[in-house]
Amino acid sequence: MSDTYFEILRPGTNSSIQDKGRNHLYHIGITVSGAMDQRIFILSNALVNNDLNEGTIEFAYQGPLLKLKNGNVNFAITGDVSFNILRKNSIIEEGKCFQNYFLENEDQIDIISTKNSIFGYLSVEGGFEIEKIWDSYSVNTKAKVGPNNGEKFSAGEKIYIKKTKIENFVEKKIDYENSLEKTIRIIKGTNFNYFSENSKNKFFKEEYLVTNLSDRMGMRLEGPKLDNIVNTNIKSEGLVKGVVQVPADGNPIILFSDHGSIGGYPKIAVVITADHDKASQLIPGSKIKFKEISLYEAEGLFKIYSNDTKSYLEQIK
Amino acid sequence: MIKNISNLGDAAIYCDFGNEVNEKINLNVISYFNHLKKLAKENKIEGITNLTPSYNKLIISFDLSITNFKKITKIFETLKVTNNNQEDSKKIKIPLCYDEEYALDLVSLSKKLKIPTNEIIDLHLNKEYFCYMTGFIAGMPFLGDIHESIRVDRLQTPRIKVPKGSIGITEQFSNIYTFESPGGWSIIGNTPLEVFDKLNLNNPALIKPGDKVSFYKISKQEYLNWNE
Repeated sequence: MSDTYFEILRPGTNSSIQDKGRNHLYHIGITVSGAMDQRIFILSNALVNNDLNEGTIEFAYQGPLLKLKNGNVNFAITGDVSFNILRKNSIIEEGKCFQNYFLENEDQIDIISTKNSIFGYLSVEGGFEIEKIWDSYSVNTKAKVGPNNGEKFSAGEKIYIKKTKIENFVEKKIDYENSLEKTIRIIKGTNFNYFSENSKNKFFKEEYLVTNLSDRMGMRLEGPKLDNIVNTNIKSEGLVKGVVQVPADGNPIILFSDHGSIGGYPKIAVVITADHDKASQLIPGSKIKFKEISLYEAEGLFKIYSNDTKSYLEQIK
Repeated sequence: MIKNISNLGDAAIYCDFGNEVNEKINLNVISYFNHLKKLAKENKIEGITNLTPSYNKLIISFDLSITNFKKITKIFETLKVTNNNQEDSKKIKIPLCYDEEYALDLVSLSKKLKIPTNEIIDLHLNKEYFCYMTGFIAGMPFLGDIHESIRVDRLQTPRIKVPKGSIGITEQFSNIYTFESPGGWSIIGNTPLEVFDKLNLNNPALIKPGDKVSFYKISKQEYLNWNE
């Protein structure tokens, strides 16, 4: 076992280990979980020469304050994040996202906060020495699933790092553009026609406010109430990331990584895969609009999304 | 058989088997689930990430970077699924203690239904149940159908914490709370058996969709001595 670790001096508001997610277990009630912003999660791994699905520390709003012990590491932070590197000779270096840094024994990383977004990622070369559960590092704190007993990180804990020494540090950088897009593209859901004509029109024409009641499970929105004219409950059935469901109160909820595996609220829409990352980064108070597109268009937009990811990866090859 | 196949967003397929909730339709869902699971395992279908059966729907999630709606629905054109659940279905017996310490709602249920508590217990015991689906919380089985005379609606105010192992009933179903969780079902007893074992990495859920489940009564003493 490795001797190199981060001591958590401050855990941050919601810091947990995440990878791409956990598949093939929906049918026994275990959801996918995984990084909320999949693209910048992948890029954080790429910046430190990792397998693209290596476990990273995902943080939300205020991030952790970490002190490195017994080794040195190559790390990178991705997102729209302000952070400092506190060198042991008390020099404070302002950190930049989307580039890697060499961290020496006893240095600290102080992730102050995300800026115009919610989630950021911290990766280290070689990854963290954490046990995978059902083939994934991802933690679901609501269901208590994953390593660390399904809990987020807490103060005083040690996060062990597999690689104890970096012999050959090469600087890498990605010129990344954070999305400020407030239009979320959707495909009509299986219960779209449960809603009144007036509500269906408003759903596309008017703005919805992202509320504080948003987390890794889902994002609660407020706006024109969606009037269900058929039934406010359906027989419980499977759910997927991106589903926009509408409970009896008429306010839509977008489901994210830690959503329940099944549920009984009508589905008015599903956010297209290409927009999952940007939707998950919308901060409370944002005003968003939904735009309907076809399945064919959504598949095309996913190709563009994948190609964009590829070209970011090519910047550091 | 499948009544309608549509897309649920751009990375999932929504198979609709009807609107009723009964064993016949559900068995159909589970037969498709088992069949597709096998095909995915043998790599005869690429890109499937999850299969989610429920009462009368089956959702197939896939990785959009590997496959798409058209490619997977094409497979359905030649798919021959028979309603055969035998090879995948297990019979499971669950010990259940109906002692008043665990049967949180048995007395109020008895008053509401005007049926003596021992009769409610007998009606619950004298049936083999079919597992329609698992979910809501990890490994929670939805078992049906319970005897018509003991069917009730959800509690008016759901409990914030239902103890782990609790057996609940509501509408035509009985369930098992695999973890402590919020819940609105009427609790009639508790099982000491580990129905969902987090530490079992290969097979954490004891009960799977399509399994047959029956309960047998144990005393409080047997309950307390269960793990010794």
